[in-house]
Amino acid sequence: MADSGVSGGADKKDNIEREKIEGKELTKEEKQRLRKEKKQQKKGKEKKDASLPQVSVAETAAPASQLKAERRARQEAERTSKQSKKGDTGQPATTSKPKIPPNELQPVVKRLPEHIQVDDPDVLKKLAKKLERQQTTENSEIQKIPRRLDYGYKVSLFSHLLQYSRKAPLTQQLSIPSAVIHPAIVRLGLQYSQGIVAGSNARSIALLHAFKQVISDYTTPSNEELSRDLVNKLKPYISFLNQCRPLSASMGNAIKYIKKEISNIPSQFKEDDAKKKLLNCIECFIEEKIVLAAKAIAKSSIEKINDGDVILVYGCSSLVNHILCEAFEKGRKFRVIVVDSRPRLEGREALRRLVQKGISCTYVLISAVSYILPEVSKVFLGAHALLANGYVMSRVGTSQIALVAKAFNVPVLVCCETYKFCERVQTDSFVSNELDDPDDLIVTRKGETQLKDWQQVPRLGLLNLVYDVTPPDFVDLVITDLGMIPCTSVPVVLRVKNVDLL
Amino acid sequence: MELQAVLMAAGGGSRMTDLTYNTPKPMLPVGNKPLMWYPLNLLERVGFEEVIVITTREVHKMMSTDPKTKLDIKMKLDVVCIQEDGDMGTADALRHIHQKVKTDILVVSCDLITDVALHEVVDLFRAHNATVAMLMSKAHEFTETVPGQKGKKKTAEQRDFVGVDQSGKRLLFMANEADLEDGLIVRRSIIRKHPRMHIKTGLVDAHLYCLKKAVVDFLAENKSISSIRGELVPFLVRKQFSKMTSGQKRMDDTETVDQKNDGLTNDDLFFPSRDEALLQLAQERSCWNDHRGDMSEAYHGGKLRCYVHIMDQGLCYRVNTLSAYIEANRMVSHMWFCHRSAHFVVHPLLMLHFVFHPQMGSDSMIGAGCHVADKTSIKRSTIGISTTVKEKVKVTNSIIMHGVTIEEGCNIQGSVICSNAVIGRGADLKYCLVGNGQRIEPEGDTYSNTKKSILLEVSVTFGLV
Repeated sequence: MADSGVSGGADKKDNIEREKIEGKELTKEEKQRLRKEKKQQKKGKEKKDASLPQVSVAETAAPASQLKAERRARQEAERTSKQSKKGDTGQPATTSKPKIPPNELQPVVKRLPEHIQVDDPDVLKKLAKKLERQQTTENSEIQKIPRRLDYGYKVSLFSHLLQYSRKAPLTQQLSIPSAVIHPAIVRLGLQYSQGIVAGSNARSIALLHAFKQVISDYTTPSNEELSRDLVNKLKPYISFLNQCRPLSASMGNAIKYIKKEISNIPSQFKEDDAKKKLLNCIECFIEEKIVLAAKAIAKSSIEKINDGDVILVYGCSSLVNHILCEAFEKGRKFRVIVVDSRPRLEGREALRRLVQKGISCTYVLISAVSYILPEVSKVFLGAHALLANGYVMSRVGTSQIALVAKAFNVPVLVCCETYKFCERVQTDSFVSNELDDPDDLIVTRKGETQLKDWQQVPRLGLLNLVYDVTPPDFVDLVITDLGMIPCTSVPVVLRVKNVDLL
Repeated sequence: MELQAVLMAAGGGSRMTDLTYNTPKPMLPVGNKPLMWYPLNLLERVGFEEVIVITTREVHKMMSTDPKTKLDIKMKLDVVCIQEDGDMGTADALRHIHQKVKTDILVVSCDLITDVALHEVVDLFRAHNATVAMLMSKAHEFTETVPGQKGKKKTAEQRDFVGVDQSGKRLLFMANEADLEDGLIVRRSIIRKHPRMHIKTGLVDAHLYCLKKAVVDFLAENKSISSIRGELVPFLVRKQFSKMTSGQKRMDDTETVDQKNDGLTNDDLFFPSRDEALLQLAQERSCWNDHRGDMSEAYHGGKLRCYVHIMDQGLCYRVNTLSAYIEANRMVSHMWFCHRSAHFVVHPLLMLHFVFHPQMGSDSMIGAGCHVADKTSIKRSTIGISTTVKEKVKVTNSIIMHGVTIEEGCNIQGSVICSNAVIGRGADLKYCLVGNGQRIEPEGDTYSNTKKSILLEVSVTFGLV
């Protein structure tokens, strides 16, 4: 061991000397390794003096593998110590978004998370394995979370994303009295995939409602602690929901919050008390971050709505509808233009809610936006998420509206609660998006369905995008529950929020 | 636990007494398996692990003791025996097991043979938080001649009128022709909420219902309802559109259909799920609506919803008449899960003389332990366990149950021969129904059109007339 250790160490040392000469910076690991080599060399010299030459000969034969194993063990130890230093608590592997941790100085290439690399077969294999690993063991039977299959030809620019068909629900592959997955979660997954619960706020509230059921029905197994076991129980549910419909940023933040709360339950709490506390936390979260935030945002926005305004809204955002209804109740005189787009045609629902209140509305499709913009005095947009570089991620078509409004010098106000702020960074709508069912684009007019056999036509792809990103240059103001901030202040809010959470 | 399965196996088979006077309906062999096996297999395939079986003592005994009717079902069967003679309707039976019901239930009838993807029905139940979800299928005409009937058309059964909305999933209206005295009356509240309604009459009700637990609780309170299909489901369908009473106002007096249940207010049926307020909040924020064109929110704000899944492809039979029984026997060989290799014992020396037509493999089924001699021809038939078929027998289009002996030279066509019967040598049976344990004299020549050919338990042997 001694000799080859010395020789190995010497080689390594040469490498390091060479790199030094070349001007590369030594990483922490390499420095530590250098230090250890030096220590070993010292020890080796001492041993060499003490031991017999025969023994040393015998020892030199086997030690190369030993040395490698030692080095590997050392590296593992360093890695785990590093991770614990970072304080990585409860971040799920599948739902982690590519965080850009501000305190990491190493130039490590950040890979995109696996769920948006669908065209890479290795990634698909890894995902399948991950789903298998996240199985729940019930009565010594191992049952897997099923994987939903891709559907149809995907447009090449978006082939890295998943595209599902609504007619092939995930419940086909599950057993009917679902034992693997809690029935509330199965119901939620179905409602997501069929679009019954749609919209960022609704999805988060429904998710928290389902989690409340899960927590109420949960019993701690005998050798486990609630704080650790419940988090593990939630993992397969979350990946199931992800398969039904990719998680939204607001849902991701809600899940992070819950996991943190669960992990922070002190171990001496009795199960009932712990469950009560968790249910309380969930209710607080909904009350503070969604309901009260909506009230605060409405209050701020009403100052921005003047009498005689013509307000343009796009699609159906629960928050924007709430704001307009509140403003109308407060007595402001304005009228609304609802812009809508295919295939979702959510504007009809927004129209219904506003007209039911008594607000006078106009309804146009997005193709007419440049014709009606001369009449408009303000544009109110809702957001699905606000990204860390100030970009607004919202329903597809929002960036168009913002662009045209900018061209007409009409102020664009985005309303968004702070729990939808996301630490991701995106500058285009391609890298990460959601593909909806392409069959939604098929429409029957006058008894004819032109796209009925679109799958037979080679190289014809139907693209049904759900989200797009709007650059901050087109957004004039973001109204949040913390106040009215410019788009570029989003990272500040995130930083403040992180400090709070920690 | 999400759903509990309940199998109703206490029915009498009142519409096919020829077959059921000796064998109870759940134990009738269809494709060499007892009729009960089919719904149980459906439940097992889908993933149920326990089933509550409501049946009579006789059937229970047969299930457990009779070696021929062994059920190779791996699920746990919780058998609840009820009185055979009692006038217990299906809803009464549910009331009987009310204590065992802990969650929502899936009620299946024992005479259902289907290959439906059950998740379609259950998904409707889950996704829309429905009170009841049921299965229906487009009816097929039975074309085979029914033995024992002198070619007369079956009595015009009372038609069922089923009204669904535009999507074809929401159940708006359900009435049987018998209950409608002077025409079909649709309430204005329904039309106002659903201006386009499709009314269908050619549907077969599969008697498969997903019911919420609160409905079972409701049944326990209201003892006036005795049948699920006849009373409970139409009641719930009607109640979808009743105004929510505040305890004072009674229901619409303009009810012309079935006045029995008017006394119940809608409050009894408001089945709140856990944490109703949060669900309501989520629904408000969601930009989804199940209909468009009017000012109301999703589901018109109604809490009670009934859904139906109408199958247009695939098999769905309810074996409650003789013609259905025969048709089911034919179709069962096509069903994928019945494709086990039929094993039969053939006299080794006479193997070469088998006259098997190519249809043998897919259209006929031969049970275990049969002895089939040479020069026989078996086409489109089902032969039960332990039957003996001697030489030169031609069996076409027939159902032969267990333990039957068919002597040489017989010609059996389009008939149903029940267990343990003996068909004498050279008999020629066309479209006949031979009861249990009967003997047919040798050289007997029977043809359903000309003679009274249904044999009953009375010890009258059938001979030449």
